Amino acid sequence: MIVADRKKIPEIRDMIRSHKRVLLVGCGTCVTVCLAGGEREVGILGSALRMSLKLAGCTVAVDEYTIERQCEDAFIDALAPRVKEYDAIVSLGCGAGVQTLAERFPTTPVYPGLNTQFIGILESQGVWTEKCLGCGHCRLGEFAGVCPITRCAKRLLNGPCGGSREGKCEIHADTECAWQRIYDRAKALGILAKFDAIAQPHDWSTGIDGGPRKVIREDQCIAGMGPKA
Amino acid sequence: MTEPHVETPATGPVSKLQAELDSGKFVFTGEIGPAKGTNVEKCLHEAEEYLKHTVTAVNVTDIQTAVMRTGSLSVSHMLTDRGIEPVYQMVTRDRNRLGLQSDLLSAYCLGVRNVLALTGDHVSMGDHPDAKPVYDLDSVGLLEAMSTLERGSDMGSDAKGNPNVLDGVPRFFKGCAVTPCTEEVEPQIIKLEKKVQAGAQFVQTQAVYDPEAFERFMEKIAHIKVPVLVGIVMLKNAGMARYMNSSVPGVFVPESIIQRLVKASKDDKQKVSIDICGELIQKMKHCCQGAHLMTLGWDHCVPAIIQAAGLA
Repeated sequence: MIVADRKKIPEIRDMIRSHKRVLLVGCGTCVTVCLAGGEREVGILGSALRMSLKLAGCTVAVDEYTIERQCEDAFIDALAPRVKEYDAIVSLGCGAGVQTLAERFPTTPVYPGLNTQFIGILESQGVWTEKCLGCGHCRLGEFAGVCPITRCAKRLLNGPCGGSREGKCEIHADTECAWQRIYDRAKALGILAKFDAIAQPHDWSTGIDGGPRKVIREDQCIAGMGPKA
Repeated sequence: MTEPHVETPATGPVSKLQAELDSGKFVFTGEIGPAKGTNVEKCLHEAEEYLKHTVTAVNVTDIQTAVMRTGSLSVSHMLTDRGIEPVYQMVTRDRNRLGLQSDLLSAYCLGVRNVLALTGDHVSMGDHPDAKPVYDLDSVGLLEAMSTLERGSDMGSDAKGNPNVLDGVPRFFKGCAVTPCTEEVEPQIIKLEKKVQAGAQFVQTQAVYDPEAFERFMEKIAHIKVPVLVGIVMLKNAGMARYMNSSVPGVFVPESIIQRLVKASKDDKQKVSIDICGELIQKMKHCCQGAHLMTLGWDHCVPAIIQAAGLA
């Protein structure tokens, strides 16, 4: 899932302090699961913001509303009639949610309430970790199911650097060395010999370095209409 | 391409370092770090004064520890102007494959022949932690890129998908690094095999203070037929030795060495440090082909270290 965490209250307050009526919009998908931007978090943020604005001497009305999914236009329909009552929106969706709302409501400023972090997993209660960079060309099959492009700080494809120490990365004592994980898993799977071959340099053009990306599934496009430009 | 001003034959050694390692002679290399700023004269002077007549080649570090400074290529070139052979260290942290390949061609044009392929410390370790690290290639990829250039092509292709053809082809003596005394040595060996497969012709190691562990490592890589220069880093005091044990992965300084530094008087520290280096080389010279001396600013100690190693 996409993992995000909420911005600090003063940062959000300062983005909206010049507005009169602001709607906080939550999202019921990824950011609800990672406890950053669902209905509950929108409620907590609403109370905290009202208090903070009052202490700062600002008269801004703050209301709350959560939709099922901010990144799909059809789910925004339920929100649309309410938006005209407000002069700004704070989205508690991921970056995709913020931009989908901004496209849908061209005359209403939309501010981000979250910092979108990464594609990752819930590792333990309250701890999420990054697992996928969305590089557009998955090579997990080459690396015993552990992604060095995401999980090695230097994106090394041919083995650990000299900075690996007791299974940890040189950049943070609490970050696992991806190559130690790959090596341990390959050994357990009996496929270490596979790593004798040189892994070819990565083709970054399928990732964000190749420019903004698009997935087109012709079989899913509505017949006769073609993919929407 | 401009004619390189250093004549390089089509076959045979491309550098003095390669020729001396080929001859079976025990070879010393030294190391300098360019200045943070434009005053490179100090490191060039030290190289001329203490390294020119004592070591075969001098490594020039490439933005070491991710602390911004004058580049390795320009200082490597300035060494060649002074009759000192450089080992151009090249990290993959700061340039993508376009920049790396281009700088390799530039290095060749400027008379640089020895190149050491490294990944480089992560930017978070240095003085610009907000910088975007590149790591388009790893050190194995960089060695492959060098080998490709030597075959007269590059990593790209023309509009029809055919390999590009270089107008003028470089030849390098290609090196790599290894950490011999890390607790998990097998992944290091697998990676070293790949580096050699990709074209590495010599190895310079991370600092070694444990000759027995080094010898065990050398036995494990006996099948890898490239010369190895053992890394010797001067220990300036006991605090530095302890810091290396706690913070530098793959480096282990035995307590017996630390105690010698503890017991040394202030005036005696440098002498003790020189003796330690000399003894380490004496104990390891039978199982490697040379030593890479990293004096961390104490370049004036290099002649004394070689003397202490009994190889002057």
